[in-house]
This record gives sequence, C-alpha cells and structure tokens, in this order.
Amino acid sequence: MAEITAEATTPRDVPESPAEPRRPPMLAVGPVAWMRANLFSSWISTAVTLALAYLIIRWAIGFVDWAFVNAIWSVPVTEQGAQTQACRALDHAGACWAVITEKHRFILFGTYPYEEHWRPALCILLFIGLYIVSAMRRFWRPALGLIWLGTLVVIGGLMWGGVLGLPYVPQERWGGLVITLILSTFGIALAFPLSILVALGRRSRMPAIKMLCVVYVELIRGVPLISLLFMASVMFPLFLPEGVNFDKLLRAQVAIILFAAAYLAEVVRGGLQALPKGQYEAAEALGLSFWQKTGFIILPQALRLVIPPLVNTFIGMFKDTSLVLIIGIFDLLTAGKTAIIEPAWQGFGVEVYITVALIYFVFCFAMSRYSQSLEAELNRHRVR
Amino acid sequence: MSDTAADPRLLRAPPKRGIRLSWADERLRAIVWQVLVLGVVGGIVWWLVRNTQHNLEVRRIATGWDFLSREAGLPIAEYVIPYTPASTYARALLVGVLNTLKVAVVGIILATIIGTLLGIARLSKNWLLSRIAGAYIELIRDVPLLLQLLFWYTLLQALPSPRQALHPVEGVFLSNRGLRLPWIEWQDAHSFALLGLVLGAVITFFYARSARAKQMADGQPRKIWPAALGLIIGLPVLIWLGFGAPFTGDIPALRGFNFAGGMAVTPEYFALLLGLVTYTAAFIAEIVRAGIQAVAKGQWEAAEALGLPRGLIMRKIVLPQALRVIVPPMTSQYLNLTKNSSLAVAIGYQDIVSIANTTLNQTGQAIEGITIIMVVYLTISLSISLFMNWYNARIALVER
Repeated sequence: MAEITAEATTPRDVPESPAEPRRPPMLAVGPVAWMRANLFSSWISTAVTLALAYLIIRWAIGFVDWAFVNAIWSVPVTEQGAQTQACRALDHAGACWAVITEKHRFILFGTYPYEEHWRPALCILLFIGLYIVSAMRRFWRPALGLIWLGTLVVIGGLMWGGVLGLPYVPQERWGGLVITLILSTFGIALAFPLSILVALGRRSRMPAIKMLCVVYVELIRGVPLISLLFMASVMFPLFLPEGVNFDKLLRAQVAIILFAAAYLAEVVRGGLQALPKGQYEAAEALGLSFWQKTGFIILPQALRLVIPPLVNTFIGMFKDTSLVLIIGIFDLLTAGKTAIIEPAWQGFGVEVYITVALIYFVFCFAMSRYSQSLEAELNRHRVR
Repeated sequence: MSDTAADPRLLRAPPKRGIRLSWADERLRAIVWQVLVLGVVGGIVWWLVRNTQHNLEVRRIATGWDFLSREAGLPIAEYVIPYTPASTYARALLVGVLNTLKVAVVGIILATIIGTLLGIARLSKNWLLSRIAGAYIELIRDVPLLLQLLFWYTLLQALPSPRQALHPVEGVFLSNRGLRLPWIEWQDAHSFALLGLVLGAVITFFYARSARAKQMADGQPRKIWPAALGLIIGLPVLIWLGFGAPFTGDIPALRGFNFAGGMAVTPEYFALLLGLVTYTAAFIAEIVRAGIQAVAKGQWEAAEALGLPRGLIMRKIVLPQALRVIVPPMTSQYLNLTKNSSLAVAIGYQDIVSIANTTLNQTGQAIEGITIIMVVYLTISLSISLFMNWYNARIALVER
C-alpha cells in the first residue's frame, strides 16, 4: 500500500517546459474520419461493410440491367392484341414495362368507361387534396368535418354521374385505385367516431354496456379480416329481409368499418387510460355533464396523445383494403392481378406488382413520415 | 391517525339510499341506459336471426352440422395427417387447421429470429448495415402483405421447370414445383432420439431451476452447461448409437418430370411462409429496436462499473428489462401472423379458410362454414394471448 501511494504521489513525468502545441487531429473530422467511425471501426465492421457493399453493388447492377437497360417500354398493338413476342424473347433478362404502358389506365381506373376516365382521376386528386388538408394542423377545427362532407359529396357525384350532364356510371364499373381510396377513406372516416363510442363504452361503469363493447372488440380482433369479408359477401344477404339487398362494395365497406373500429377503439382506449385521473375529477368537480366532460376535456387531450398509433392504424387499414381481392371487388390490387390474366400479358406479374406496390408505398410512406414528424412536434414540450 | 380511526362518526356506514324515481339519480339513469342499449342490440339480433331463418327456409338451405360426417370429395394437396378425397368434411377441416398451424408455428419461429437480428442490425454502429436494415423495414411495412404474397408466388412460379431446376447446393433443388431438401429416412431410432432430446431438455430445465435456487441460498454460482450439454446433446446421441446409429440420407433426385425423395416444400407453402416471415420480421425488428433503446443507458454503465462482462450485461441486465417492453407488442405480432396466414386462400395454399370456403361453396352452408373459421381463429388467438400473458406476467417487474 505504502509503495503504491508513494509511487502515485511522486511526480514523475512533469514536463520541463509547456507542451508543444499539438497538431489538430487530422482524422477526427471529415469524411475519412466519419468512414472510420461508422464503416471501418473494427475488423468485423470492415468485413460487414465490404460484404454488404459487394452484395448491394452486384444487386443494383443486376436490377438496373433488368429494369432499365434491357427493359422494353412498349410493344406494337395489332388487331389481334398486343404483340409481346419481344418481351418473351427477353426471357426475364429485362423488364417488360410495356405491360404498364398498355394497362396503366386499367390498373388505375378498372372498367370505368374510357372517355370518362378524367372523372375517377379527378376523384383521386380530390382524395389526395383531402388528405393533405387534413394533415395540416391549422385546419384542425370543426370546419374540417364540413370540408370532408363537401368533398365526399362531390366525389360521389363525379363517380356516379347522372348530374350536371355527366353520364351515369353504375357502381359495378368502378375500379382500380379509386376503389382502394374509397374503401379506406370511408372506412376510416366512419370507423373513427364509432371507435370513440366503443372505447368510451369499454371504460364505462355500466356493466352491460362495458360487456357489449368488450365482446365486440375482442371478437373482431380475434378473427382475420378475411372471415369478416366472407361474412359480408356470403352471409350478409341472409341477414336481410327478402328483396332487400346492398351491393357487394357497400357490404365490404361495412365489414371494413366494423373491423377498423375495433382496432381504433383499442388505440383510443389507450389514450383515455393514459390521461391523468385528475382531469376527469376536475371536469366532474366543475359540474360538467358526461358528454360535456368527454367532448371538451377528455377527448381533445386523449386523442392528441394517441395520434401516432392512430396514423399507424390508418396505414394498416389502407393496406388491408387490398384484401377485398379475395371476395372479388375491383380495387387497385385486383385490377393489377386482372391485367395479367389476358394471355398476351401472362407471365409479366412481377412488373405489374412492382408498379402497384410503388403506388401503395407512396401513400403509406407519406403517412408514416407524417406520423413521425407529428410525433416529434407534439412531443416537443416534453423534450428539455 | 389512530384518533381519526377511532372517531365514532367515521365508523358509521354511509347512509344507504334507495333508487329514487328521478332522472337526477345517477343509478337510475345507468339502469335506463343499459336496458335501452341491451334492448336495441337484442332487437337487432332477433330481427337478423328471424330474417336468416326465413331466408334459409325460402332458399332450402340445410342447417346443422350433419355435413361434417359426409364425404368431402375435395382434393387437398398438402396434409400432415392421412387424407383422401373420400374422407369426411370434418377430417378435411382438421387438415386445414393443421395446415394453418404448420405455417403459423414455423412462421412465428423464423420471424422472431430474423426480426430480432434485423432489429439489432438496425441499431448497429455500422452505418451501412443499419441503413440497409432500415430501408428493408420501411419498404416491407409500407406494402400490403397480400401484394407481397402474390409477388413471391409469381416469382416462384417463374422459376425454371424441374429439369432446369436451380441447384445451389448438393441435394437442394429450387424449381417451379417448389423446394426440395435432403432429409433422412425416418426410423424408430430417430423417434426415440427425439424423445431423448425432449426428456433431456425437461430435465435440464428442472436442474437449472434447482441450481438457481441453491445459488439464491448460498450465493455460489453453479455451472450448469456441462450437465445441460450432456443431457440435451449426449442423451439423444447415446440413444441413437444404442440403436446401432442408423442413418440413410434421402437425397432428392430428378426422375422423369419431377423429383423423387427428399423433403418437398410446395411453392404455395414456400411463398406463404416467405411472405409472412419477411413481413412480420420487419414489424418485430421495430419492436426489438424500441425495446433495446428503452433500456436506460445508465443500466449499461452501472453494470460495466460493477465489472460484469458484456455478455452477462446483455443477458442479466439489459435483456430482462427490454423484454418487458418487447413482449406485449410481440404478442400482437404473433397474433397478426396467425391471422394473416388466412391470406393463403389467395395463392392456393389450403389452410382452414381455404378449405372452409370450399366446404361452404359445396354445401351452401355459409353460416356453419364461417362459424368454423371464426371459432378456429378465436381459439388460436386466445391460446396465444393466454400463453403470452402468462409469459409476460413471469418476466414482469416485481414491485413491492
């Protein structure tokens, strides 16, 4: 012990003169330093980086060759239909984007009359505009509901026609992207209020109402959406009195609303539970009625807490509308799958699916990025 | 404190009020509301049931479960238990349930492994690895699963025919007929060895538990890995050797237009498994990443200050805390994977939804068919929930 103390206290390497001014660390900043820290920090890291870089470059060259260099963008169309021999001669060495050139109208608009395609196209733009407006925080006020109502009425008028000199188009001929947008937008717009009621019911002190809501939520969440869609397509007609019948799209829409509401209700319930009890008690102490308390105090705070998971559920629902393919409703994915049934285009599924995937991706990616930025914005007050 | 407790005024029970017949009485309002809601819901249900009964009579659709014992006559390509088209509907549906379980169980295991690796890769200090994992997660999560399944299925069908099958490793063939893997010729010795493995694992579990209890009592850590190794690996090998170490490889080979021998994986099962695993793994990766990030940095630092090696820190300090955050959302991912396996119907894998759907088309008994689907999934969902809740309770933080 004594030795150590002596050694530690004895000044050994005290510099005689002030140290020479050290050179600035050349490798502490700049791209080289960044690469050393993030790509080549150890020999394992170096090996991983090199292996991944090799794989990515190889894959990228292959993909560029397939998708661009060797690709065919259009084929001659004769009276016998499209002449796809050139594409087949490629034998998967290149993409046949001609299928998209030829079928993109069908994929986007389904069997809607060709001359009237501007109508669903305008509807798609209206939907996108509606999403953008709803995403902006300065429009978060009661008037937003009116904007939604107005836009949806205009969209309905455009799609069906029969007014203002637009020819009538029966619903059986609608298809493509617009169906996907209709199913998801109406699904979420109607499921959301229902989900709030269910979430409130599940936290209610009245046992009968609570039990009803629990059974509803757990039953729906326990079964796959497909079984509900089957129910809507084959069982629903049996439930109604003779002679009354809704069309298939509406029945699928009802199934999607019921499905989405159960999932959204759980998210909303999370928000209700996360709110401090004092908020409830303070509202009651002020003598507010149940609906005043809920509408003015609880919901505005509870919903704000769960905006990110709400948007995630919206993304899930948007993707899940593609399941209507299984009961034969003509949404974007069904249109893509149908486009390649024609013998001339058989075997070009990969090109079509990549295109359709890109459309879904754009919508979902925008929503997910929006949810992330919103989360950061709403949490700003918590970050010190 | 004891003074107030002894205060006779506070000991008196609150006055019991009867329900007043006034709208101002909260309890009366609650009863009225509940009776109203139950009445409306009951009325709607009664109306629907009456309509259904009437419609069934008018359309002459049979009801009841008699059809279960009739001959199904529906061909099933893939089955775990013996099945022919001459079997009954009940057996066909059972085959469907087993097919669902087959894809769900394998899918959950693979998705957990791949998802965990991806989640760790996402947190890697290597920029390239972390970015690639991130791009994969984002891409997969933003495209519908059904589309991905169709994509994989189309890709698998575009593979060459068996004669030109891809042949990456000896004994492995990938063609438009699916995947063929080498397997062993199964004999009794293998069954007993498998039994030995299970037995060894069970004994190891109890041995580890008693070793832990002893360590709790006297603080002495005990090595359990030698015994575990002997029990889990040594026991099955000994049994296998005891039977004379039979081993015959079953290597697939091309015969005519298709392969013979080996283990066959159909394109439908392969596409479904591939789609489910790649999709769910992306979600699991995010859960794992969030779970590991949720463990405060001070926990790492404190453990390092105690001089624990890195592996022990991960196993004893970080992972137990991360698991508390990870397990509940992981449960819902397992449930999602199981429910998503119902998309098999779109690519022709015969799971319970596909077979129940064919059944209801053949018999016209829609209500029974859909009830079967729902009951099967509810049972599976509840079982997974119960198991994961039990596991969650086991690893939950024990507070005072």
